[in-house]
Amino acid sequence: MSRHATHIAQPVTVSRVMLKVLAALLPGIAVSVYCFGPGVLVQLLLATFTALGAEAAVLRLRQRPIAPALADLSAVVTAWLLALSMPPLGAWWMIVLATLFAIVLGKQLYGGLGNNPFNPAMVGFAVMIVSFPAQMAAWGTPLAALDATAQLQWIFTHTLPAGSSVDAISSATPLDVLKTGLLQGGQAVSQLLQQPRFGQWGNAGGEWVALAWALGGLWLWQQKLIPWRTPLAMLAGVLAVSLPLWLWQPAQYASPLFHLLNGATLLAAGFIVTDPVSGSTTPLGRLIFGFLVGVLVVVIRVFGGFPDAVAFAVLIMNMAVPFIDHTTQPRVFGRKGGRHA
Amino acid sequence: MSRLYDFHGGIHPPQHKDAATAWPIQPLPLPPQLYIALAQSVGNAARPTVSVGQQVLKGQQLAQLDGRLSAAVHAPTSGTITAIGPHPFAHPSGLPVETITLQPDGLDSWQPRSPLAWQDASPAQLRSHLQDMGVVGLGGAVFPTHLKLAASPLATLVVNGAECEPFISCDDMLMRERAAGIVDGIRIAAHALQAGQVLIGIEDNKPQAIAAMQAACAGTPYRVVTIPTKYPSGGAKQLIRILTGIEVPHGTRATDLGVQCLNVGTLYAMARAVLHGEPLLSRIVTVTGAVAHAANYEVAIGTPLAWLLQQAGIADTQAEVIMGGPMMGITLPDLHAGLPKAGNCLIAKSAALFPPRPPEQACIRCGDCASVCPAQLQPMDLFWFAKSRNFGKAQERHLFDCIECGACSYVCPSQIPLVDYYRFAKSEIWAAERDKKNASLARQRHAFRQFRIERDKSEKAARLAARAAEQAAKLATQAANPAAASAAPAASGMDDAKKAAIAAALARAAAQKEAKPLSEQHTSGLDDAKQAAIQAAMARAAARKAAADAAKAADAANPDSPPAATPAQTGMDDAKRAAVEAAMARATARKAAAQAQKDASE
Repeated sequence: MSRHATHIAQPVTVSRVMLKVLAALLPGIAVSVYCFGPGVLVQLLLATFTALGAEAAVLRLRQRPIAPALADLSAVVTAWLLALSMPPLGAWWMIVLATLFAIVLGKQLYGGLGNNPFNPAMVGFAVMIVSFPAQMAAWGTPLAALDATAQLQWIFTHTLPAGSSVDAISSATPLDVLKTGLLQGGQAVSQLLQQPRFGQWGNAGGEWVALAWALGGLWLWQQKLIPWRTPLAMLAGVLAVSLPLWLWQPAQYASPLFHLLNGATLLAAGFIVTDPVSGSTTPLGRLIFGFLVGVLVVVIRVFGGFPDAVAFAVLIMNMAVPFIDHTTQPRVFGRKGGRHA
Repeated sequence: MSRLYDFHGGIHPPQHKDAATAWPIQPLPLPPQLYIALAQSVGNAARPTVSVGQQVLKGQQLAQLDGRLSAAVHAPTSGTITAIGPHPFAHPSGLPVETITLQPDGLDSWQPRSPLAWQDASPAQLRSHLQDMGVVGLGGAVFPTHLKLAASPLATLVVNGAECEPFISCDDMLMRERAAGIVDGIRIAAHALQAGQVLIGIEDNKPQAIAAMQAACAGTPYRVVTIPTKYPSGGAKQLIRILTGIEVPHGTRATDLGVQCLNVGTLYAMARAVLHGEPLLSRIVTVTGAVAHAANYEVAIGTPLAWLLQQAGIADTQAEVIMGGPMMGITLPDLHAGLPKAGNCLIAKSAALFPPRPPEQACIRCGDCASVCPAQLQPMDLFWFAKSRNFGKAQERHLFDCIECGACSYVCPSQIPLVDYYRFAKSEIWAAERDKKNASLARQRHAFRQFRIERDKSEKAARLAARAAEQAAKLATQAANPAAASAAPAASGMDDAKKAAIAAALARAAAQKEAKPLSEQHTSGLDDAKQAAIQAAMARAAARKAAADAAKAADAANPDSPPAATPAQTGMDDAKRAAVEAAMARATARKAAAQAQKDASE
């Protein structure tokens, strides 16, 4: 030990930080289970065990200590975020494959925690949505009358008990329905939103899940575990694109509220753009990073080929982080101007 | 009430000051031995002026200063010098330093003291008095105080009574009990600095000290300013910022911005030295942590730390002891060391107060460090650069603006001892700079050797040419019909001239070779420019000499012998060519030097 080290430290650990992040996800998980059934929990369990197993296996190959890395719980956070982004009734191999990609390719191959330039959960999600777009689009119908055994049977064997129809358990997401409807033409947004899938605020059931994510995010901010800049900037970015479009042609473009409550917008604001490892770290950089993620989310949703866009928006902005951080260095005490002045 | 300014970041660690402030300042008996280290300031160690066996009186000078940053060392009591030599020292390196061992005779008899009539004394007199009295900064930096009184007039004198580190309370107790003495010191310093205003910054966790200082300052223009408790508000730069709003950048002196900062303990010592003629012989030390009698003690400089801890009732004699605070202090390698002037606080560690730090985890770039950094750095980036030995990048991101306060290490959830990484990076950069300096010295030596060899060669060539020319001249005068006879010797004269020309060419090549690569090195600026200039001068001298020699040889080969004119003419042509070449070499060298200078100034 160094004789000159700082002799005291706050009793904080990475594990405790990660544990709080997991705790902040609980309200959203509860609402998800209520809306989509126990399938959500199955996805979470599959992802957790796959993530821990994959992390341990790679660490072993890399000849690194395994226990401390597993104990930091970062793999579990990745696993949960991924599981919560995937279809609740997706086949078991999908979440397993996604988690493997996230942990092995997205995290460990870069050197493990702290070294990954991309958000691992978003890497796993992007790989899946590019490779299996059809399966990824099939979400459980909210509040569907399908009991736990039937859900399990569907997830693991892809079969259903007699008397249940596939329609009862899988339907496209509202984002998907809207996109397809608009592509087919003839109907305005307001007409499309009459469908029961959209509920009152454009995402039957889903809006409550989204609000629960927001609640978790607020708690993390209150606990000083995430900065306010990135999430707020992201929401501002979403508004900055969706609001003018909506005001300009409300028949053609969904409202800002629709964009906020659909897809992974609020999950991303609280838990994904706030990932410190792959995000920007300077005060101004956080604003830029968050804002552009928000802009890209709406741009890709509206003009791109995929119904949801959070994963792509985050990955694209992850690439820009070194440049953003380099160009937004804050002013150092006593020195004039920012950057390298 | 003046306006307060905030500084970025900062932390609020648990204070742990109450244990030691429950008691008034405690006097101590004299220890059996005093170990007075000669390195008591940031400058050179002082030079002993006493010898082993000598009887000394209290306050007698034991060692005189050696250089500007040095400070004199005095006998804290009367007694006998029993040894002068290396002894353990309170420094993290654990390396021993030259130390005077004094055995007290118990009489504690003073030498005659000579106070200074400071109101009539010139600033220079005051400064030299303080230097002779060994007064140094007692906040921990031990910077010689006389050097801090050099700038006058000054807009603001900031008095540092913040004492922001946990556990330490020596300044607090000094202010509570000896506020009048501190104000005497302020008066002297303010007079010397012709300070426009005096602001005394004290953290609001010391209400008694604030009250005492306010009472002592009544009727003076000095203002006691209560500042919020926040670490590291007691850092000079932070306190100056809080009280005046001025930010002193790294590498700039506060006095250039019209501010000077002095610690209350230093001012008290200054008052004792000036008003009573007492050198700096003792100081207040907080002894706390795992000891039975945590308190502030008045301790003679040189008191063995182990003995001091025993007096305070240390529970576990094997315990690690911190000198300084828990944020920036050092773990003492050897408690046999004597108390240095820098020793403001001793903390005996216990597992309850200092639980072992959990193992270091990966940095997750959470940015908590950046949000507490008072220098507004991005500690996680500096950590990354230091760890990957990317020192250039670390310097570019202002590594050297880091004041090593440890706030980043304190908040790091990955439990990374960040400051250790910055110290490592800094020491590596310093080592690299030393190496570079050494290499450039070696290069200079090599260049001079080359110059010497070539000079010797050209001198030899010149001698040969002269001898040959002499012979030719002899032959020319001897021969009745010189035309035929002088052809051969003149030819040899020509050879010599050619040799001189070759030497000149060599000199030119050498000058080019040395000057060019140097001009391309922008890094060590002036040194290289200087070196290039030296080399250019050397090349010029060599070329001039070679040319002169060649010309001399040609002249010698051509003394009043018209018939030998043709061959001698060729010799002269060669000499001319050599001269031209030398001139060219000179020009090249000059150009290279100019280029190097330009690069350096860029």
